Amino acid sequence: MITRILVSGFGGQGVLTLGQIMADIAMRKGSEVTWMPSYGAEMRGGTANCSVIISDKMIGSPIATTNIDILCAMNTASVTKFIDKVRPGGLVFVNSSIVKEKIERTDVTVLEIDASNIAVKIGNLRVANMVMLAGFLLKTDLFTIGDVEEVLKNRFATRNPQLIPLNLEAIKQGMEACGA
Amino acid sequence: MKMLMKGNEAICEAAIAAGCTAFFGYPITPQNEIPEYMSFHMTDRGGVFVQAESEIGAINMCYGAAAAGVRVMTSSSSPGIALKQEGISYLAGAQLPCVIVNISRSGPGLGGILPAQGDYFQCTRGGGNGDYYMPVYAPFSVQEATDLIFKAFDVADVYRTPVMVVADGMLGQMMEPVEINARPPVKTDKSWATNGESGTRPRNVVNSLNLNAEALEAMNHARFELYKEIEQKEMMVDNRVQDGDEIAIVAYGAPSRIVINAIDELKAEGINAGLIRPITLWPFPYDVFQNLPKSVKHILVCELSMGQMIDDVKIGVAGKYPVNFYGRCGGVIFEPSEIADAARKIVKGGC
Repeated sequence: MITRILVSGFGGQGVLTLGQIMADIAMRKGSEVTWMPSYGAEMRGGTANCSVIISDKMIGSPIATTNIDILCAMNTASVTKFIDKVRPGGLVFVNSSIVKEKIERTDVTVLEIDASNIAVKIGNLRVANMVMLAGFLLKTDLFTIGDVEEVLKNRFATRNPQLIPLNLEAIKQGMEACGA
Repeated sequence: MKMLMKGNEAICEAAIAAGCTAFFGYPITPQNEIPEYMSFHMTDRGGVFVQAESEIGAINMCYGAAAAGVRVMTSSSSPGIALKQEGISYLAGAQLPCVIVNISRSGPGLGGILPAQGDYFQCTRGGGNGDYYMPVYAPFSVQEATDLIFKAFDVADVYRTPVMVVADGMLGQMMEPVEINARPPVKTDKSWATNGESGTRPRNVVNSLNLNAEALEAMNHARFELYKEIEQKEMMVDNRVQDGDEIAIVAYGAPSRIVINAIDELKAEGINAGLIRPITLWPFPYDVFQNLPKSVKHILVCELSMGQMIDDVKIGVAGKYPVNFYGRCGGVIFEPSEIADAARKIVKGGC
Protein backbone atom coordinates (compact mmCIF):
# COMPACT_ATOMS: atom_id res chain seq x y z
CA MET A 1 0.00 0.00 0.00
CA ILE A 2 1.45 3.34 -1.06
CA THR A 3 -0.14 6.77 -0.74
CA ARG A 4 1.23 9.66 -2.79
CA ILE A 5 0.22 13.05 -1.40
CA LEU A 6 0.96 16.47 -2.88
CA VAL A 7 0.32 19.56 -0.73
CA SER A 8 0.51 22.76 -2.73
CA GLY A 9 -0.22 26.46 -2.26
CA PHE A 10 1.28 29.91 -1.75
CA GLY A 11 4.53 30.20 0.17
CA GLY A 12 3.44 31.20 3.69
CA GLN A 13 0.25 29.11 3.69
CA GLY A 14 1.97 26.38 5.65
CA VAL A 15 1.98 23.72 2.95
CA LEU A 16 5.46 22.47 3.88
CA THR A 17 4.52 22.29 7.57
CA LEU A 18 1.29 20.46 6.78
CA GLY A 19 3.30 17.88 4.86
CA GLN A 20 5.80 17.55 7.69
CA ILE A 21 3.04 16.93 10.23
CA MET A 22 1.64 14.11 8.10
CA ALA A 23 5.14 12.67 7.56
CA ASP A 24 5.81 12.82 11.29
CA ILE A 25 2.56 10.97 12.04
CA ALA A 26 3.38 8.31 9.45
CA MET A 27 6.84 7.77 10.96
CA ARG A 28 5.37 7.41 14.47
CA LYS A 29 2.94 4.82 13.14
CA GLY A 30 5.88 2.82 11.81
CA SER A 31 5.34 3.45 8.09
CA GLU A 32 8.01 4.21 5.53
CA VAL A 33 7.69 7.88 4.64
CA THR A 34 9.40 10.60 2.62
CA TRP A 35 8.82 14.36 2.60
CA MET A 36 10.24 16.33 -0.29
CA PRO A 37 9.77 20.09 -0.75
CA SER A 38 9.92 22.02 -3.97
CA TYR A 39 13.01 24.15 -3.48
CA GLY A 40 13.30 26.39 -6.50
CA ALA A 41 13.60 30.12 -5.94
CA GLU A 42 10.58 30.08 -3.60
CA MET A 43 9.44 33.18 -1.75
CA ARG A 44 6.51 34.26 0.40
CA GLY A 45 3.56 34.74 -1.95
CA GLY A 46 5.11 32.51 -4.62
CA THR A 47 4.16 28.88 -5.03
CA ALA A 48 5.41 26.06 -2.86
CA ASN A 49 4.61 22.39 -2.66
CA CYS A 50 5.75 19.24 -0.95
CA SER A 51 5.42 15.56 -1.74
CA VAL A 52 4.63 13.15 1.07
CA ILE A 53 4.79 9.46 0.27
CA ILE A 54 3.61 6.93 2.84
CA SER A 55 4.18 3.25 2.21
CA ASP A 56 4.50 -0.11 3.91
CA LYS A 57 7.64 -0.88 1.88
CA MET A 58 10.77 0.98 0.84
CA ILE A 59 9.96 4.16 -1.07
CA GLY A 60 11.64 4.78 -4.42
CA SER A 61 11.32 8.28 -5.78
CA PRO A 62 10.25 10.81 -3.12
CA ILE A 63 8.55 13.01 -5.72
CA ALA A 64 4.74 12.81 -5.98
CA THR A 65 4.02 15.43 -8.65
CA THR A 66 2.57 12.75 -10.97
CA ASN A 67 0.14 9.89 -10.36
CA ILE A 68 -1.08 11.72 -7.26
CA ASP A 69 -3.43 9.86 -4.87
CA ILE A 70 -4.32 12.92 -2.80
CA LEU A 71 -3.94 16.52 -3.93
CA CYS A 72 -4.33 19.16 -1.22
CA ALA A 73 -4.56 22.43 -3.16
CA MET A 74 -4.57 25.66 -1.18
CA ASN A 75 -4.61 28.11 -4.09
CA THR A 76 -5.82 28.33 -7.70
CA ALA A 77 -2.36 27.92 -9.25
CA SER A 78 -2.02 24.55 -7.49
CA VAL A 79 -5.29 23.30 -8.96
CA THR A 80 -4.34 24.50 -12.44
CA LYS A 81 -0.90 22.92 -12.25
CA PHE A 82 -1.70 19.57 -10.65
CA ILE A 83 -5.35 18.62 -11.24
CA ASP A 84 -4.46 16.62 -14.35
CA LYS A 85 -1.75 14.79 -12.42
CA VAL A 86 -4.20 13.22 -9.96
CA ARG A 87 -4.81 9.55 -10.72
CA PRO A 88 -8.36 8.50 -11.67
CA GLY A 89 -10.19 7.73 -8.42
CA GLY A 90 -7.92 10.06 -6.46
CA LEU A 91 -8.89 12.63 -3.86
CA VAL A 92 -8.71 16.41 -4.27
CA PHE A 93 -9.03 18.74 -1.27
CA VAL A 94 -9.51 22.34 -2.35
CA ASN A 95 -9.25 25.51 -0.28
CA SER A 96 -12.55 26.93 -1.56
CA SER A 97 -11.99 30.28 0.21
CA ILE A 98 -9.48 31.06 -2.53
CA VAL A 99 -10.18 28.61 -5.37
CA LYS A 100 -13.41 29.72 -7.04
CA GLU A 101 -13.16 27.65 -10.22
CA LYS A 102 -15.18 24.40 -10.33
CA ILE A 103 -13.13 21.28 -10.91
CA GLU A 104 -14.32 19.71 -14.14
CA ARG A 105 -12.85 16.24 -13.68
CA THR A 106 -15.54 13.74 -12.75
CA ASP A 107 -13.22 10.77 -12.13
CA VAL A 108 -11.82 12.18 -8.86
CA THR A 109 -13.49 12.87 -5.51
CA VAL A 110 -13.43 16.58 -4.71
CA LEU A 111 -13.89 18.00 -1.23
CA GLU A 112 -14.17 21.77 -0.93
CA ILE A 113 -12.96 23.16 2.39
CA ASP A 114 -13.49 26.84 3.25
CA ALA A 115 -10.08 26.78 4.93
CA SER A 116 -8.82 30.37 4.83
CA ASN A 117 -12.19 31.81 5.94
CA ILE A 118 -12.52 29.32 8.79
CA ALA A 119 -8.96 30.13 9.91
CA VAL A 120 -9.71 33.87 9.91
CA LYS A 121 -12.89 33.20 11.91
CA ILE A 122 -10.86 31.34 14.55
CA GLY A 123 -8.53 34.30 14.66
CA ASN A 124 -5.40 33.25 12.78
CA LEU A 125 -5.12 32.84 9.01
CA ARG A 126 -1.97 30.80 9.57
CA VAL A 127 -3.96 27.75 10.69
CA ALA A 128 -5.67 27.42 7.28
CA ASN A 129 -3.34 24.49 6.58
CA MET A 130 -4.69 22.67 9.62
CA VAL A 131 -8.26 23.24 8.48
CA MET A 132 -7.29 21.39 5.28
CA LEU A 133 -6.34 18.37 7.42
CA ALA A 134 -10.09 17.84 7.87
CA GLY A 135 -10.12 16.36 4.36
CA PHE A 136 -7.58 13.71 5.31
CA LEU A 137 -9.44 12.88 8.51
CA LEU A 138 -12.82 12.59 6.79
CA LYS A 139 -11.84 10.87 3.55
CA THR A 140 -8.86 8.66 4.41
CA ASP A 141 -7.77 6.17 7.06
CA LEU A 142 -4.23 7.54 7.18
CA PHE A 143 -4.49 8.95 10.72
CA THR A 144 -6.83 10.16 13.47
CA ILE A 145 -7.15 13.51 15.19
CA GLY A 146 -5.43 11.88 18.19
CA ASP A 147 -2.36 11.20 16.00
CA VAL A 148 -2.32 14.86 14.94
CA GLU A 149 -2.61 15.98 18.56
CA GLU A 150 0.38 13.88 19.56
CA VAL A 151 2.56 15.47 16.86
CA LEU A 152 1.33 18.98 17.73
CA LYS A 153 2.21 18.37 21.37
CA ASN A 154 5.66 17.22 20.37
CA ARG A 155 6.17 20.33 18.24
CA PHE A 156 4.68 23.01 20.45
CA ALA A 157 4.46 21.76 24.06
CA THR A 158 7.61 23.44 25.32
CA ARG A 159 7.78 26.69 23.40
CA ASN A 160 4.26 27.53 22.14
CA PRO A 161 1.72 25.38 24.04
CA GLN A 162 -1.07 27.88 23.27
CA LEU A 163 -0.84 26.83 19.60
CA ILE A 164 -2.02 23.30 20.33
CA PRO A 165 -5.71 24.09 21.10
CA LEU A 166 -5.76 26.67 18.28
CA ASN A 167 -4.60 24.09 15.73
CA LEU A 168 -6.98 21.42 17.03
CA GLU A 169 -9.86 23.89 16.87
CA ALA A 170 -8.97 24.61 13.24
CA ILE A 171 -9.19 20.91 12.40
CA LYS A 172 -12.50 20.46 14.24
CA GLN A 173 -14.07 23.48 12.56
CA GLY A 174 -12.91 22.18 9.19
CA MET A 175 -14.53 18.80 9.86
CA GLU A 176 -17.78 20.41 10.98
CA ALA A 177 -17.88 22.66 7.92
CA CYS A 178 -17.56 19.53 5.76
CA GLY A 179 -20.58 18.01 7.46
CA ALA A 180 -18.87 15.75 10.00
CA MET B 1 15.01 6.27 18.13
CA LYS B 2 13.99 7.29 14.65
CA MET B 3 13.71 11.00 13.89
CA LEU B 4 12.27 12.76 10.87
CA MET B 5 15.19 14.75 9.48
CA LYS B 6 16.28 16.52 6.32
CA GLY B 7 19.25 14.89 4.63
CA ASN B 8 21.36 18.00 5.21
CA GLU B 9 20.58 18.07 8.93
CA ALA B 10 21.04 14.34 9.40
CA ILE B 11 24.50 14.58 7.80
CA CYS B 12 25.44 17.18 10.46
CA GLU B 13 24.07 15.09 13.31
CA ALA B 14 26.06 12.09 12.07
CA ALA B 15 29.24 14.16 11.67
CA ILE B 16 29.02 15.47 15.24
CA ALA B 17 28.33 11.95 16.53
CA ALA B 18 31.36 10.74 14.54
CA GLY B 19 33.59 13.09 16.52
CA CYS B 20 33.83 15.97 14.06
CA THR B 21 34.92 18.93 16.19
CA ALA B 22 35.59 21.52 13.50
CA PHE B 23 33.37 22.73 10.67
CA PHE B 24 34.21 25.44 8.16
CA GLY B 25 31.78 26.42 5.44
CA TYR B 26 30.35 29.07 3.20
CA PRO B 27 26.70 29.41 2.13
CA ILE B 28 25.37 28.03 -1.15
CA THR B 29 22.03 26.42 -2.04
CA PRO B 30 21.03 23.56 -1.72
CA GLN B 31 23.32 22.77 1.24
CA ASN B 32 22.64 25.80 3.44
CA GLU B 33 21.03 23.72 6.18
CA ILE B 34 24.44 22.14 6.82
CA PRO B 35 26.34 25.29 7.90
CA GLU B 36 23.12 26.54 9.53
CA TYR B 37 22.76 23.37 11.63
CA MET B 38 26.47 23.34 12.45
CA SER B 39 26.34 26.98 13.56
CA PHE B 40 23.63 26.05 16.07
CA HIS B 41 24.97 22.72 17.31
CA MET B 42 28.74 22.59 16.85
CA THR B 43 29.77 25.04 19.55
CA ASP B 44 27.17 23.66 22.02
CA ARG B 45 28.98 20.35 21.85
CA GLY B 46 32.49 21.64 22.27
CA GLY B 47 33.37 22.06 18.60
CA VAL B 48 34.39 24.94 16.37
CA PHE B 49 32.24 26.56 13.68
CA VAL B 50 33.45 29.25 11.32
CA GLN B 51 31.57 30.74 8.40
CA ALA B 52 34.63 31.42 6.28
CA GLU B 53 35.11 34.38 3.94
CA SER B 54 34.90 32.03 0.95
CA GLU B 55 34.91 28.37 -0.06
CA ILE B 56 38.68 28.62 -0.53
CA GLY B 57 39.03 30.00 2.97
CA ALA B 58 36.92 27.14 4.35
CA ILE B 59 38.89 24.33 2.71
CA ASN B 60 42.18 25.84 3.88
CA MET B 61 40.83 26.10 7.43
CA CYS B 62 40.08 22.37 7.06
CA TYR B 63 43.72 21.85 6.05
CA GLY B 64 44.83 23.58 9.23
CA ALA B 65 42.46 21.69 11.52
CA ALA B 66 43.29 18.36 9.88
CA ALA B 67 47.02 19.08 10.28
CA ALA B 68 46.35 19.67 13.99
CA GLY B 69 44.87 16.17 14.12
CA VAL B 70 41.15 16.82 14.66
CA ARG B 71 38.21 15.43 12.72
CA VAL B 72 37.09 18.19 10.36
CA MET B 73 34.38 18.67 7.75
CA THR B 74 33.35 21.23 5.16
CA SER B 75 30.39 21.29 2.82
CA SER B 76 29.42 23.10 -0.35
CA SER B 77 27.69 22.62 -3.68
CA SER B 78 29.09 22.14 -7.18
CA PRO B 79 30.56 25.59 -8.05
CA GLY B 80 31.68 25.93 -4.43
CA ILE B 81 33.37 22.53 -4.65
CA ALA B 82 35.10 23.76 -7.82
CA LEU B 83 36.60 26.56 -5.73
CA LYS B 84 37.78 24.03 -3.12
CA GLN B 85 39.68 21.87 -5.60
CA GLU B 86 43.05 23.51 -4.95
CA GLY B 87 42.65 22.80 -1.24
CA ILE B 88 41.51 19.23 -1.86
CA SER B 89 44.63 18.57 -3.94
CA TYR B 90 46.77 20.04 -1.12
CA LEU B 91 44.98 17.82 1.44
CA ALA B 92 45.73 14.80 -0.77
CA GLY B 93 49.35 15.94 -1.21
CA ALA B 94 49.86 16.52 2.51
CA GLN B 95 48.01 13.29 3.33
CA LEU B 96 45.46 14.96 5.56
CA PRO B 97 42.11 13.40 6.56
CA CYS B 98 39.08 15.60 5.88
CA VAL B 99 35.42 15.01 4.97
CA ILE B 100 33.98 17.14 2.19
CA VAL B 101 30.22 17.09 1.60
CA ASN B 102 28.98 18.06 -1.86
CA ILE B 103 25.21 18.61 -2.10
CA SER B 104 25.52 19.13 -5.82
CA ARG B 105 23.47 21.24 -8.21
CA SER B 106 23.14 21.64 -11.94
CA GLY B 107 25.85 23.26 -14.06
CA PRO B 108 28.10 24.22 -15.68
CA GLY B 109 29.01 27.59 -14.25
CA LEU B 110 26.75 28.93 -11.54
CA GLY B 111 24.07 26.72 -13.11
CA GLY B 112 20.89 26.06 -11.16
CA ILE B 113 20.01 24.81 -7.69
CA LEU B 114 18.01 21.71 -8.63
CA PRO B 115 19.25 18.10 -8.48
CA ALA B 116 21.89 17.07 -11.02
CA GLN B 117 24.82 14.68 -11.30
CA GLY B 118 27.12 16.61 -13.62
CA ASP B 119 29.85 16.58 -10.96
CA TYR B 120 30.78 12.90 -11.36
CA PHE B 121 34.01 13.73 -13.18
CA GLN B 122 34.77 16.55 -10.73
CA CYS B 123 34.33 14.18 -7.78
CA THR B 124 36.06 11.09 -9.10
CA ARG B 125 38.75 12.54 -11.34
CA GLY B 126 39.55 15.60 -9.29
CA GLY B 127 39.49 19.20 -10.41
CA GLY B 128 42.67 19.67 -8.44
CA ASN B 129 46.15 19.17 -9.85
CA GLY B 130 48.41 16.19 -9.54
CA ASP B 131 48.19 12.44 -9.19
CA TYR B 132 45.55 11.79 -6.59
CA TYR B 133 42.20 10.16 -5.95
CA MET B 134 39.87 10.40 -3.01
CA PRO B 135 37.17 8.00 -1.84
CA VAL B 136 33.74 9.27 -2.93
CA TYR B 137 30.54 8.02 -1.27
CA ALA B 138 27.14 8.50 -2.95
CA PRO B 139 24.24 7.71 -0.57
CA PHE B 140 20.70 7.20 -1.88
CA SER B 141 18.73 7.72 1.34
CA VAL B 142 18.96 9.92 4.42
CA GLN B 143 19.75 6.84 6.51
CA GLU B 144 22.56 5.74 4.21
CA ALA B 145 23.93 9.31 4.16
CA THR B 146 24.36 9.27 7.94
CA ASP B 147 25.88 5.77 7.95
CA LEU B 148 28.36 6.80 5.24
CA ILE B 149 29.38 9.92 7.17
CA PHE B 150 30.71 7.65 9.95
CA LYS B 151 32.45 5.54 7.32
CA ALA B 152 33.87 8.65 5.60
CA PHE B 153 35.51 9.95 8.80
CA ASP B 154 37.00 6.53 9.56
CA VAL B 155 38.32 6.00 6.03
CA ALA B 156 39.77 9.54 6.01
CA ASP B 157 41.68 8.82 9.22
CA VAL B 158 42.82 5.29 8.35
CA TYR B 159 44.21 6.21 4.91
CA ARG B 160 45.02 9.88 5.68
CA THR B 161 43.06 11.15 2.72
CA PRO B 162 40.30 13.64 1.95
CA VAL B 163 36.98 11.83 1.47
CA MET B 164 33.94 13.18 -0.34
CA VAL B 165 30.28 12.42 0.34
CA VAL B 166 28.27 13.50 -2.69
CA ALA B 167 24.49 13.83 -2.87
CA ASP B 168 22.13 16.26 -4.52
CA GLY B 169 19.40 18.65 -3.45
CA MET B 170 16.87 15.82 -3.55
CA LEU B 171 18.65 14.02 -0.72
CA GLY B 172 19.73 17.20 1.04
CA GLN B 173 16.23 18.67 1.12
CA MET B 174 14.10 15.55 1.64
CA MET B 175 13.04 14.30 5.05
CA GLU B 176 13.03 10.63 6.00
CA PRO B 177 12.95 8.76 9.29
CA VAL B 178 16.55 8.25 10.32
CA GLU B 179 18.43 6.67 13.19
CA ILE B 180 21.93 7.94 13.94
CA ASN B 181 23.86 4.68 14.37
CA ALA B 182 26.74 6.20 16.30
CA ARG B 183 29.87 4.12 16.74
CA PRO B 184 33.21 4.99 18.30
CA PRO B 185 35.71 6.51 15.85
CA VAL B 186 38.37 4.10 14.59
CA LYS B 187 41.59 4.68 16.51
CA THR B 188 44.51 5.81 14.35
CA ASP B 189 48.01 7.04 15.07
CA LYS B 190 48.11 10.80 14.63
CA SER B 191 51.66 11.29 15.87
CA TRP B 192 52.27 13.22 12.62
CA ALA B 193 49.92 16.02 13.71
CA THR B 194 51.19 19.54 14.30
CA ASN B 195 49.43 19.98 17.61
CA GLY B 196 51.79 22.28 19.46
CA GLU B 197 53.64 19.54 21.33
CA SER B 198 56.94 19.86 19.49
CA GLY B 199 58.82 20.28 22.77
CA THR B 200 58.17 16.64 23.62
CA ARG B 201 59.02 15.08 20.24
CA PRO B 202 60.83 15.91 16.97
CA ARG B 203 59.14 18.77 15.13
CA ASN B 204 56.32 17.74 12.78
CA VAL B 205 55.90 19.42 9.39
CA VAL B 206 52.76 19.06 7.26
CA ASN B 207 53.38 20.14 3.70
CA SER B 208 52.61 19.19 0.12
CA LEU B 209 55.67 20.89 -1.40
CA ASN B 210 58.48 18.57 -2.45
CA LEU B 211 61.12 19.89 -4.88
CA ASN B 212 63.11 16.67 -4.97
CA ALA B 213 61.86 14.73 -8.01
CA GLU B 214 62.89 11.27 -6.77
CA ALA B 215 61.46 11.88 -3.31
CA LEU B 216 58.16 13.18 -4.70
CA GLU B 217 57.91 10.22 -7.06
CA ALA B 218 58.46 7.87 -4.11
CA MET B 219 55.75 9.67 -2.15
CA ASN B 220 53.32 9.33 -5.04
CA HIS B 221 54.11 5.62 -5.31
CA ALA B 222 53.53 5.20 -1.59
CA ARG B 223 50.19 7.01 -1.85
CA PHE B 224 49.13 4.85 -4.78
CA GLU B 225 49.90 1.76 -2.69
CA LEU B 226 47.32 3.12 -0.26
CA TYR B 227 44.90 3.74 -3.14
CA LYS B 228 45.32 0.10 -4.15
CA GLU B 229 44.40 -0.93 -0.62
CA ILE B 230 41.37 1.38 -0.68
CA GLU B 231 40.27 -0.21 -3.98
CA GLN B 232 40.54 -3.67 -2.43
CA LYS B 233 38.95 -2.94 0.94
CA GLU B 234 36.60 0.01 0.64
CA MET B 235 34.68 -0.48 -2.61
CA MET B 236 30.90 -0.61 -2.00
CA VAL B 237 28.09 -1.50 -4.40
CA ASP B 238 24.40 -2.35 -4.06
CA ASN B 239 23.98 -4.98 -6.77
CA ARG B 240 20.36 -6.14 -7.06
CA VAL B 241 20.69 -7.95 -10.40
CA GLN B 242 19.36 -11.50 -10.12
CA ASP B 243 19.58 -14.53 -12.35
CA GLY B 244 16.83 -14.11 -14.95
CA ASP B 245 17.21 -10.34 -15.27
CA GLU B 246 17.50 -9.28 -18.87
CA ILE B 247 18.68 -5.74 -18.36
CA ALA B 248 20.87 -4.17 -15.67
CA ILE B 249 20.17 -0.51 -14.94
CA VAL B 250 23.04 1.43 -13.39
CA ALA B 251 22.37 4.54 -11.32
CA TYR B 252 23.73 6.16 -8.16
CA GLY B 253 22.58 8.53 -5.44
CA ALA B 254 18.99 9.68 -4.93
CA PRO B 255 18.12 9.35 -8.65
CA SER B 256 18.63 5.58 -8.30
CA ARG B 257 15.40 5.58 -6.26
CA ILE B 258 13.54 6.68 -9.38
CA VAL B 259 15.14 3.75 -11.20
CA ILE B 260 13.83 1.44 -8.45
CA ASN B 261 10.28 2.63 -9.29
CA ALA B 262 10.95 2.13 -13.01
CA ILE B 263 12.15 -1.43 -12.35
CA ASP B 264 8.93 -2.18 -10.44
CA GLU B 265 6.99 -0.87 -13.45
CA LEU B 266 9.01 -3.06 -15.85
CA LYS B 267 8.67 -6.18 -13.69
CA ALA B 268 4.88 -5.69 -13.56
CA GLU B 269 4.80 -6.12 -17.34
CA GLY B 270 7.18 -9.06 -17.42
CA ILE B 271 10.48 -7.36 -18.24
CA ASN B 272 13.07 -8.49 -15.70
CA ALA B 273 15.41 -5.68 -14.77
CA GLY B 274 17.84 -5.23 -11.89
CA LEU B 275 19.60 -2.25 -10.34
CA ILE B 276 23.35 -1.84 -9.96
CA ARG B 277 24.01 1.06 -7.60
CA PRO B 278 27.64 2.02 -7.00
CA ILE B 279 27.88 3.37 -3.43
CA THR B 280 31.55 4.31 -3.82
CA LEU B 281 32.09 6.23 -7.07
CA TRP B 282 35.81 5.93 -6.42
CA PRO B 283 36.80 3.18 -6.04
CA PHE B 284 34.30 2.20 -8.75
CA PRO B 285 32.90 -1.36 -8.69
CA TYR B 286 34.29 -2.32 -12.12
CA ASP B 287 34.28 -6.06 -11.36
CA VAL B 288 30.50 -6.21 -10.96
CA PHE B 289 30.14 -5.87 -14.72
CA GLN B 290 32.29 -8.93 -15.41
CA ASN B 291 30.28 -11.15 -13.07
CA LEU B 292 26.68 -10.57 -14.09
CA PRO B 293 24.27 -13.49 -14.52
CA LYS B 294 24.19 -14.99 -18.05
CA SER B 295 20.59 -13.77 -18.47
CA VAL B 296 21.76 -10.14 -18.66
CA LYS B 297 21.88 -8.94 -22.26
CA HIS B 298 21.74 -5.17 -21.92
CA ILE B 299 23.10 -2.37 -19.75
CA LEU B 300 21.33 0.95 -19.28
CA VAL B 301 23.05 3.78 -17.44
CA CYS B 302 20.77 6.49 -15.98
CA GLU B 303 22.21 9.75 -14.72
CA LEU B 304 21.02 13.28 -14.11
CA SER B 305 23.72 14.46 -16.49
CA MET B 306 24.73 14.16 -20.14
CA GLY B 307 26.54 10.93 -19.19
CA GLN B 308 29.63 10.78 -16.99
CA MET B 309 29.52 7.61 -14.86
CA ILE B 310 28.84 5.79 -18.15
CA ASP B 311 32.59 6.07 -18.87
CA ASP B 312 33.36 3.99 -15.76
CA VAL B 313 30.60 1.52 -16.64
CA LYS B 314 32.18 1.09 -20.08
CA ILE B 315 35.57 0.43 -18.47
CA GLY B 316 33.92 -2.22 -16.28
CA VAL B 317 31.93 -3.76 -19.14
CA ALA B 318 35.05 -3.84 -21.35
CA GLY B 319 33.02 -4.41 -24.49
CA LYS B 320 31.07 -7.37 -23.09
CA TYR B 321 27.65 -5.72 -23.47
CA PRO B 322 26.25 -2.76 -25.37
CA VAL B 323 25.99 0.17 -22.95
CA ASN B 324 22.98 2.46 -23.36
CA PHE B 325 22.30 5.78 -21.71
CA TYR B 326 19.29 7.76 -20.53
CA GLY B 327 19.73 11.07 -18.76
CA ARG B 328 18.14 14.42 -18.00
CA CYS B 329 20.06 17.46 -16.86
CA GLY B 330 19.88 21.10 -15.93
CA GLY B 331 17.81 20.25 -12.87
CA VAL B 332 15.13 18.26 -14.73
CA ILE B 333 14.50 14.97 -12.91
CA PHE B 334 13.53 11.90 -14.90
CA GLU B 335 10.20 10.19 -14.20
CA PRO B 336 10.13 6.42 -13.60
CA SER B 337 8.10 6.07 -16.83
CA GLU B 338 10.86 7.69 -18.91
CA ILE B 339 13.40 5.15 -17.66
CA ALA B 340 10.95 2.28 -18.14
CA ASP B 341 10.36 3.49 -21.73
CA ALA B 342 14.10 3.62 -22.42
CA ALA B 343 14.57 0.10 -20.99
CA ARG B 344 11.58 -1.26 -22.92
CA LYS B 345 12.95 0.07 -26.21
CA ILE B 346 16.36 -1.49 -25.56
CA VAL B 347 14.93 -4.90 -24.60
CA LYS B 348 12.33 -5.03 -27.38
CA GLY B 349 14.78 -3.63 -29.94
CA GLY B 350 17.08 -6.51 -29.05
CA CYS B 351 20.23 -4.52 -29.79
